[in-house]
Amino acid sequence: MSEERILLDQGSGGKASHRLITGLFLKYLGNEYLNRLDDAAFLDVSGPISVSTDTFTVDPIFFPGGDIGALAVHGTVNDVAMLGARPRFLTCGFIIEEGLAVADLERIVASMGHAASEAGVKVVTGDTKVVPRGTVDKIFINTTGIGEVFVPDAPSGHRAAAGDAILVSGCMGDHGLAILAQREGLSFEAPVVSDCASLNHLIVRLLEAIPEVHVLRDPTRGGLATTLNEIAGQSGVECRIFEEHIPVRPEVSGGCSFLGLDPLYLANEGKFLCILPARYADQALSIMRADPLGHDATRIGEVRADHPGKVVLETPLGGTRLMDMLEGEQLPRIC
Amino acid sequence: MNLFDGFKDPQLCRAVLEQIHAELDGELRFMEVCGTHTVSIFRSGVRSLLSDKIVHLSGPGCPVCVTHDSEVAAFLDLAEKNVIIATFGDLMRVPGPDKRTLKMAQAAGARVKVVYSPFDALKIAQDNPGDKVVFLGVGFETTAPAIAATMRVAREQGLANFSVLGFHKLVPPALEALAGDPELKVQAFLLPGHVSAIIGVRPYLFLAEKYGIPAVVGGFEPLDILQALHLFVTMRREGRAEVVNAYTRVVSDAGNTTALAVMDEVFAPTDALWRGIGLIPGSGLAIRDEYADHDAMRIFDLTLKDVPEIKGCRCGDVLKGKIGPNQCPLFGTACTPASPVGPCMVSTEGSCAAYYKYSV
Repeated sequence: MSEERILLDQGSGGKASHRLITGLFLKYLGNEYLNRLDDAAFLDVSGPISVSTDTFTVDPIFFPGGDIGALAVHGTVNDVAMLGARPRFLTCGFIIEEGLAVADLERIVASMGHAASEAGVKVVTGDTKVVPRGTVDKIFINTTGIGEVFVPDAPSGHRAAAGDAILVSGCMGDHGLAILAQREGLSFEAPVVSDCASLNHLIVRLLEAIPEVHVLRDPTRGGLATTLNEIAGQSGVECRIFEEHIPVRPEVSGGCSFLGLDPLYLANEGKFLCILPARYADQALSIMRADPLGHDATRIGEVRADHPGKVVLETPLGGTRLMDMLEGEQLPRIC
Repeated sequence: MNLFDGFKDPQLCRAVLEQIHAELDGELRFMEVCGTHTVSIFRSGVRSLLSDKIVHLSGPGCPVCVTHDSEVAAFLDLAEKNVIIATFGDLMRVPGPDKRTLKMAQAAGARVKVVYSPFDALKIAQDNPGDKVVFLGVGFETTAPAIAATMRVAREQGLANFSVLGFHKLVPPALEALAGDPELKVQAFLLPGHVSAIIGVRPYLFLAEKYGIPAVVGGFEPLDILQALHLFVTMRREGRAEVVNAYTRVVSDAGNTTALAVMDEVFAPTDALWRGIGLIPGSGLAIRDEYADHDAMRIFDLTLKDVPEIKGCRCGDVLKGKIGPNQCPLFGTACTPASPVGPCMVSTEGSCAAYYKYSV
């Protein structure tokens, strides 16, 4: 690359675009599907498939523990995997602001390549648009993922049943607070790092051992509280959560307390929620804890029939309260 | 174990709770005068564990909730002028008299920035010398000193494009207004820890001396709150009414003299309008003439307009502890967090929002 910054020419479809595609995208994302540079990718996929799409607009684009490129891979890989599928292919679309440093784009695409390789997925087709400065914030990335469903009864938010156990694979709120701290220039005693990671290999191991998992969900935007509320609503059950069992790192808990935020509503990008018959809970926890991505896995609650559609939190004191879905975004308070 | 873990210890809390219930000698109606207490009482589950004889009332301690409609209208009007508004996040969703919010203004093109500290607003002014930056100064004695300090820095630096739209409220005059209300049914006040860290304990002594109402300055952890309740029960059994500082790890009797000095340098007490309560003499802070160059009211020639009261909204009775939030006819129907009629429902520390959000 000779250009230092991305120019409108590079989204024009002409030679400049071609140089960007071959010199940068193929360099880091290339494979037998993408290298053909046809109008579409020819895929050989069999059986039921899981498809998910997501658009990533994170600010800042580089943050402790990751960047928008890795996030665009992890996020979609995880969504595809949560349906009991092996993610295989990704498509990606870039909307790039004119003037973005080429070095930044290269860092993002290299990070995507690395994340895709670790997750074992191939980027099979893509698209690049460059838009005038000010019409988009640096870079937006859309990814669509395709995976082959390998369990007979795919996990779904509708399948939580009374008597199920509720597990989480690790600490809540790391990603959300890391992004916020980086964006606002806040620093805490201990650094807060995003947890963004692809969970598909762990999910496959879990489902191969326990095919009866009822629900898998990654608690991204809206965090654990929102995700549990969605599941309680979809399944028409009560999710009863025991507050003292929810894993939250002390630095996240402290940072949230300082800012007036609740870690249970903050986004996670490398964690999942697993709801399954209680008799499998210990086995599932053993599998999760054997993986670095599930090291802090914990049983946090149970599914009941008492308050359909609601998430009820039991506090360490033994009191109860509702854990409702958030209205709008979390905002820092006055005092 | 960190400093705060002991104040959350479930066994200790349960022991104090048992003591409270064992010693309770009749109905105890207590009011907390701080939004953070409100939220803590719900979030910790303390409320769900209290006997029916302990009636918990939320007072006028949420700074967003007591911001008068005319003040909300003033900052919404200002947002429509060609200025950058810097604000704490709580104010973004507060509806004005015509249901406008800063969020809506932002979507329509107003330049509104959420900040975490008034010094962030000062930085915006430094970084944008061609723009006028106005910080919305809402809050109690807790936030007033920091905002006063930013105004002092702005003056020292000659930062002419930074100003404050100041609607600060003072807690002791509001408590005096409540305590003097012949219809008051509150038997004890849980006093605000954050505010007290600034003003100390002495400004509350009148509660016990003049009105015979026991009061406790308390922290925000479950054990702090239960300890305060136990003190109320004990004082009543012993026929005493005192103002007790039970938050000595943070609050000294004299308060924070440095903070008080800067507050006094920039602000002077004035009468203020409280939403739902009305005018309370000496309960607000006006920006002194020496700081007129950083006073948005004067710079933009703003005046508070008369705004009609919202029909059916009983925010005032909620703030005065005369009714519980769920006794307001609008609660949960016309007024919800998605479509709040009043700030009590929109603020994260509002009593109506807490009832709506946490009650199973």
